[in-house]
Amino acid sequence: MTVITDALCPFCGCLCDDISVVVEDNKIVDVKNACKIGASKIRGHHRIKSPMIRDDKNSDFKEVSYDEAIDKAAQILAGSKRALLYGWASALCEAHKKGILLAEELGAVIDNTATVCHAPSALAIHEKGVPTATLGQIKNRADVVIFWGCNPVHSHPRHMGRYSVFPRGFFSGKGRRGRKIIVVDVRKTNTAGIADEYVEIQQGSDYLIISALRAILSGHEDVVPESVGGVARKDLLRIAAILKEAKFGTLFFGMGLTQSKSRYKNIDNAISLVTELNSFNKFIMMPMRGHYNVTGFGQVCTWETGFATAVDFSSGAPYYNPGETAANDLLYRKEVDAAMIIAGDAGAHFPANSVRELAKIPVVQVDPYWNPTTEVANVVIPSAISGVELEGTAYRMDGVSLRMRKMIEPEHLADEEILDRLIARVREIRGE
Amino acid sequence: MALKITLITGRTINQGVSIENKTGQDYLKATACCELNSKNIGILGREPGSNVRVKTDYGEVVVTLKENEGNPDSIGFIPMGPWANAVVDPDTRGCGMPGFKGIPADVEVTDDKVLLMKELIAGYK
Ligand code: SF4
Repeated sequence: MTVITDALCPFCGCLCDDISVVVEDNKIVDVKNACKIGASKIRGHHRIKSPMIRDDKNSDFKEVSYDEAIDKAAQILAGSKRALLYGWASALCEAHKKGILLAEELGAVIDNTATVCHAPSALAIHEKGVPTATLGQIKNRADVVIFWGCNPVHSHPRHMGRYSVFPRGFFSGKGRRGRKIIVVDVRKTNTAGIADEYVEIQQGSDYLIISALRAILSGHEDVVPESVGGVARKDLLRIAAILKEAKFGTLFFGMGLTQSKSRYKNIDNAISLVTELNSFNKFIMMPMRGHYNVTGFGQVCTWETGFATAVDFSSGAPYYNPGETAANDLLYRKEVDAAMIIAGDAGAHFPANSVRELAKIPVVQVDPYWNPTTEVANVVIPSAISGVELEGTAYRMDGVSLRMRKMIEPEHLADEEILDRLIARVREIRGE
Repeated sequence: MALKITLITGRTINQGVSIENKTGQDYLKATACCELNSKNIGILGREPGSNVRVKTDYGEVVVTLKENEGNPDSIGFIPMGPWANAVVDPDTRGCGMPGFKGIPADVEVTDDKVLLMKELIAGYK
């Protein structure tokens, strides 16, 4: 029996680094300190055992060797004119680097799961920059914390305990009692249940509310109507006063902003709000990143290509224009002629219209688990679980890089090795 | 009779717990459901646990009714996953992000069954 302490949880952007696991005969038999979601991921689920291929998506898969599956995948990708390489959030940065190399080799488009998550935040940040901090700074200093359009009780269960609401820090010795918590949402979530102030807004009116708060803070409360987006003016005045009086304010935001009507313009407006608050105090903001290493893909892709995601290599140089080059743009316009879905599940998390399109083209899947993407795949290459069976680099939601630890020995190939072999085979085929 | 709602989709803890086990019953239970408040469920005249059809301009799907008193009137919530995505807006409106929140939808009672993950995706092939 081995006990591994200070391991990292490979599920959400909190990247909790205080996990203990007990290993017996290369099996994880106990997980301590992780939340319900993290423990479920670390304990593991039913796996895809063997590589599989099929020509007809309505027929059964045939089990094959890794060599045969990688060869078939390389044939599909090398033969494509406009391939999409999508996923990456559950892979390590070492694999991201190889994925970008493969995209360049193929002249493909590479996009990650941020495309259905925080890519609009990246777009807004490109326009304006962002005042931000680390989770450690927030834990030690924040006295006003807003959760806008996010529900960490469900999506990041230990976030509030470790970083943002309950912990006692260097300058925040009173813990929860010393922090004012504000939740802005369209429904009373469990996170709203622990807030000091819950602001319920009409769905899709985030931009209006942010604008009203900005008007009040700049001394123009006279232009704010009696009610904005379902929120009474007097409530907006009270919230604005709390924001203004904060010593160190933090705005955490989620899909409520990135996926609602105004999408990236919501974030753009929120950046302006937070920037303006900095003329009164210290105020920062941070996207609640979902997958544990979705931030890492953005980092690697930015230093390799200059852009965070949705990078098109078809002209030979990286080109980025979400709205044109993001995964769902391409599928909506029926432009893609082959796809590799790796460490992400487009079949489950893309709109039906995009999944229908994936069902029409050759699809290669690289993943540990059988999921909706498997149902539309032609080639399935099972992979080891990064952060459980493989060590490597991941980035926490605040952009701090951490080393994931290996807990048990893998029985499947690592993403990195699969990509190395794919690149080599694609080069061979294209050189022929 | 159809209840008109604004549909939003998003994370829940049980969706997260079973996300790596999408062929299982727990995932189906966690994600193939539509949360409404008890007043809205009352208008439909059914109990939580019975089936409803959710229809939008982009598709329709059968899911199980679930009560959530946190939802204001006419706000429906389906956890993210294949069932939610059967009815979301695929148009990225020029910025890469499909419409996962704020979709006008009709909810009506049905005796049709909830499709399993494999059956749902088979319909796309
Ligand atoms: S909060 Fe996130 S990182 Fe921490 S244990 Fe839970 S799932 Fe893992």
